[in-house]
Amino acid sequence: MMYQIKDLHLSLPDMTRKPLLGPAPRIEILKGLTFDVPEGAVVGIVGGSGSGKSTLGRAMLRLLEPTGGEIVFDGQTITHLSENALRPLRRRFQMIFQDPMSSLNPRRRVGGIIAGPLRLHGFEGVSARVDEALDMVGLPRHFSRRFPHELSGGQRQRVGIARAIALRPDFILADEIVSGLDVSSQAQVLNLLGELVRELGLTLAFISHDLSVIRRLCSRVVVLHQGVIVEQADTATLFDAPKARYTQELLQAIPLPDPFQKWL
Amino acid sequence: MRDARGDMRRPVGLRLWLSGGWLTLLVAGAIFAPWIAPKDPLMQDLFLGRLPPFWESGTEPGFWLGTDSLGRDVLSRMLYGARLALVVALVAGTLTCIIGAALGLIAGYYRGWPDRIISRFVDIWMAFPPVLFAILLIAVLGPGLWSIIIAIVVIDWTRFARVIRAEAMTQGAMDYVASAQVAGRKRFGTMLTEILPNVLPTIVVLLTLEMGIAVIVEAILSFVNLSISTDSPTWGGMIAEGRTSVHQAWWVLVFPLIALFLTVLSFSQLGEGLKDRFDPVLR
Repeated sequence: MMYQIKDLHLSLPDMTRKPLLGPAPRIEILKGLTFDVPEGAVVGIVGGSGSGKSTLGRAMLRLLEPTGGEIVFDGQTITHLSENALRPLRRRFQMIFQDPMSSLNPRRRVGGIIAGPLRLHGFEGVSARVDEALDMVGLPRHFSRRFPHELSGGQRQRVGIARAIALRPDFILADEIVSGLDVSSQAQVLNLLGELVRELGLTLAFISHDLSVIRRLCSRVVVLHQGVIVEQADTATLFDAPKARYTQELLQAIPLPDPFQKWL
Repeated sequence: MRDARGDMRRPVGLRLWLSGGWLTLLVAGAIFAPWIAPKDPLMQDLFLGRLPPFWESGTEPGFWLGTDSLGRDVLSRMLYGARLALVVALVAGTLTCIIGAALGLIAGYYRGWPDRIISRFVDIWMAFPPVLFAILLIAVLGPGLWSIIIAIVVIDWTRFARVIRAEAMTQGAMDYVASAQVAGRKRFGTMLTEILPNVLPTIVVLLTLEMGIAVIVEAILSFVNLSISTDSPTWGGMIAEGRTSVHQAWWVLVFPLIALFLTVLSFSQLGEGLKDRFDPVLR
């Protein structure tokens, strides 16, 4: 098992309703989630906005500390590990962010962005690994001298992917990585991610609000609604016979091409 | 696949040329003052008092910009005055920048109790009226070069701390900071390698502004005779002396005033010009 999540709770203080004296009231975001991510699986985490899917992702990578429950990564409990204790493990779980304009430092060149984590974890032959990572995501090697703002949206997201896979992690979390792209770039980035997962034998958790994207990529789906898992099943089962009402609503919300197009 | 993006060079703007040109001239004048000053700036000659600048009638050769009421050469005094102005600008500006920016960066990035302590301190500090505070400080420390520098640093570090704190807070909320944490970078390292390069353009603009402000503060202090010892020529001192005889000898007041104006303007424009030229994101 790559990840075992047991009864995960997470709440954050609500600073907008903080009284003058005393602590702020807490908003419960994750209300007891339990699911597993098997090794080599591609698990889709789907839900509407405000369902807690991004918070769940950040808790799995321990960017946030859970208030209750347990997170086990590859047999090791990481629920409350300190940042220092987590550091050696960090190479093994990586993340691709939603908005590459924000997740790539605008004042570093692409090469430096990919090389930074490699140097940090003491890899050898860093520049060769940077070139290799660029090759794998299908970007020309001379792009390593460019700044992020000199790239298109799809190219930027490929840099985000290259940074994550260059470390040769066991697990990658992809948080809404295609929602900022146009449809043709979406398809390219999704195909690329699918190929990389197969080639490198990665385990992937893919967060999205778009079920049609999940269907293409994922073997298993977890449906989240207001901080609770309403359904989890294999992709085929879920799409054929959705059990939860919320899942049915989500499925009906997928836009289908209209066979009676009158506007053409 | 080769493209020409890397070959694109932005022309060095007029702003950078003019401000850089004047400051270069000033630095050269200040460094070489003992060799290029036409006269001894302290030499008095009552027979040569209030000579007008060279284009008017009744001048003596060698006194290009005229003399003051004690017969001292205005141009030579301005060149020597530039030395103090520039030393104060560079040293006080840089020290203010380092102290203020470091505190602002820590407050804005770490938040929590370091932020609370630093921000409260800044609020209290900014309630003091700055010029009176400076005069009070010099009165306590006694006049001298280091007193001026310390006074400027002590009053003005809050300007940096506030702006850089706000900037660091904005940058700290960006995903590249979370990404550095995912990569396992330590917090202090993230501050230096991820946040600092992104607030550096703001720091540079503020630094050059601060140098201009330092020149003004030095002029104000020497205007009220609280700068270095009274026999060294300073722009503020010349303006104060020129003020008393402005109807008989306007040049004693006007030339140092023009130099002061151009210097402060050049410093502020230099910062903007450098940002336009060297910030990769704007390029």
